[in-house]
Amino acid sequence: MQPNANSPRVTGSLLTDPKFRAWIFQILAVIAVVALGWYLFNNTQHNLQSRGISSGFGFMEQSAGFGILQSLIDYTETDSYGRVFVIGLLNTLLVSVLGIIFATLLGFLLGVARLSHNWLISKLATLYIEIFRNIPPLLQIFFWYFAVLRNVPGPRQSLDVGETVFLNIRGLYLPSPTPTEGFWAALVAFLVAVAISIFIGIKAKQRREATGQRFPVLITTLALVFGLPAVVGLIFGNPFIWEIPELKGFNFQGGFVVIPELVALTMALSIYTAAFIAEIVRAGIMSVSHGQTEAADSLGLRKGITLRLVIIPQALRVIIPPLTSQYLNLAKNSSLAAAIGYPDLVSLFAGTVLNQTGQAIETISITMSVYLAISLAISLLMNWYNKRMALVER
Amino acid sequence: MQTHTFKPDQPPPSMSVGVVAWLRSNLFSNWFNSLLTLFALYLIWLMVPPALQWSLFDANWVGTSRTDCTADGACWVFVKEHLAQFMYGFYPEQLRWRVDLTAWAAIIGAAPLFIPVMPRKALYGAAYLVIFPLLAFWLMYGGFGLDIVETSQWGGLMLTLVIAVVGISGAMPLGILLALGRRSDMPAIRVLCVTFIEFWRGVPLITVLFMSSVMLPFFLPEGMSFDKLLRALIGIILFQSAYMAEVVRGGLQAIPKGQYEAAAAVGLGYWRMMGLVILPQALKLVIPGIVNTFIALFKDTSLVIIIGLFDLFTIIHQATVNPEWLGFAVEGYVFAALVFWIFCFGMSRYSMHLERKLHTGHKR
Repeated sequence: MQPNANSPRVTGSLLTDPKFRAWIFQILAVIAVVALGWYLFNNTQHNLQSRGISSGFGFMEQSAGFGILQSLIDYTETDSYGRVFVIGLLNTLLVSVLGIIFATLLGFLLGVARLSHNWLISKLATLYIEIFRNIPPLLQIFFWYFAVLRNVPGPRQSLDVGETVFLNIRGLYLPSPTPTEGFWAALVAFLVAVAISIFIGIKAKQRREATGQRFPVLITTLALVFGLPAVVGLIFGNPFIWEIPELKGFNFQGGFVVIPELVALTMALSIYTAAFIAEIVRAGIMSVSHGQTEAADSLGLRKGITLRLVIIPQALRVIIPPLTSQYLNLAKNSSLAAAIGYPDLVSLFAGTVLNQTGQAIETISITMSVYLAISLAISLLMNWYNKRMALVER
Repeated sequence: MQTHTFKPDQPPPSMSVGVVAWLRSNLFSNWFNSLLTLFALYLIWLMVPPALQWSLFDANWVGTSRTDCTADGACWVFVKEHLAQFMYGFYPEQLRWRVDLTAWAAIIGAAPLFIPVMPRKALYGAAYLVIFPLLAFWLMYGGFGLDIVETSQWGGLMLTLVIAVVGISGAMPLGILLALGRRSDMPAIRVLCVTFIEFWRGVPLITVLFMSSVMLPFFLPEGMSFDKLLRALIGIILFQSAYMAEVVRGGLQAIPKGQYEAAAAVGLGYWRMMGLVILPQALKLVIPGIVNTFIALFKDTSLVIIIGLFDLFTIIHQATVNPEWLGFAVEGYVFAALVFWIFCFGMSRYSMHLERKLHTGHKR
């Protein structure tokens, strides 16, 4: 009830004035939080002094002195803890990106399969989803690592796919592309092809908007991007040769080695997250009302075009926000790597470095800040996206 | 006079009714569908018979040691021999009846709450919520005439359930308060709550557990130390309360403004407005979200392996690396997966049931 502007303000006790009470309450809350922080800070200072631990980030410069199973950049044991941090971060990002790619592919496939008109396929997809999302990811990682990959044979009895991909207890051996003299020519050809495709795309759109005539952009793009480098490759020689891993003595030489920890982690995380993504995709597709399909049909759009121009854009609006939060979950779950010894940020930095230096507060804070920064960055991106994509109503 | 009689209807074509029709419309409606069906059948044939062969037909059920197991099937003897350990961890054998009693007390005590016609349900529920935790703590930990069992001896499924139940009962009220704080009109409160929530949601649980085990001792006054289990519980409660807060906030946002105004119009203060009008509606709306949070928490209990607590999963993993029983990792993990799966799946089904039951017409 708004008091009349002319009527005298009703004054009661200050204690019953909501505004005053709100102020008091907030001041008390802030004081309590600051006091708690001060208390913890004091305790920490005192404890650090009495245990003789020097705080600060000086240790980042010191030499690490331990080996790392997998690093994407050059590393020797004499490198600093700072470099160990970077390696851990890169390894975390590597497994997250791999996991996200595989989980998305598998998740979309399963989501569509669950909506399939084929009874058997839809039941199989449901079964997959119900099984894998109800089992802890840590258990799945352990299963793939200890029960499967630790039990595959040694190098001499490797399992292989067509004598090119090998799996043994030391890891997964993939053929690796090695660039030859023709590589640069092919790369230039590829870039040129991409540039031409973009140009054609823009021109085609302009023409379509002006005249309504269509131009088969997709086919031309594919032909250019794959065809041009291939033609150049024929002239200048093959841009790559595939180096196939070979058994020499007790181990494989050549090719590209993926350590079993990474294989197990990627498999488990993608299989687990795919179950959630499948449900998100299904919900997204189902959220597009049948009326939309019917409207598209009555306009005479063909099935493929209906899907591409009517259903998918609307479904994506529903799918993308929860999908990003699943990606974030996957990135956070990649910290489970610590349990099987994959050298990610947590296991390297909050594990080994912490044990060696005893700088608990610094290492844990740095580790947490990294994850926090990733999460906040993605949240901001998401908010921006949501604003852009929000339904514009009349 | 001749009357016209209809001939009896002819039966529908045999291809459009019964099994054949179902098969035709669901599995073989066109060539692509038929191809998919064949592919699915091939997948099933590839996976189901070997799985059944391994887990049932060739499996070993009787015996007491690994020598009783043949190589080609699953060795359930391994699980059978360790079952007590998987359930109770290192809880002293002669005292395990206390854990059983706690479990029975939980079940029997909660049973009346599920009887629809039970009178004074709210009062009984409140009393249960107060009395049962005290009773459970007394029975499991000891004191007052019972031998004390340190929490370091707790383990197995029992520990998993303790963490999950304490975690959810701590996270729920804290989460509701945080959600209310985030929607509050007071800027300072709002900022504090948002910071708290975003912080805990942004970090992985593992780092929280690391923090609770290596950083927490620094925060406390010298000489004061916490039980390891309690430290883990504090970490888990703070972590999950942030997720719970976001779920509850979703519910609060869905309540139309008229409800707040109506509550204020009948003269309810803030807490009574929330407690009697807004929260009952908001919480009902977000039951699926709450149960999902609980399921996530239940699965996350397995992470306490990182700080050396022996929950169900850790203890099973320990058993699989025991030199006397090497080579039965698959059996162990399958068993662990089965137990976790039953709990999580059960909860998700129960939430669906609850959702239907409490559905009082918000959806049009």
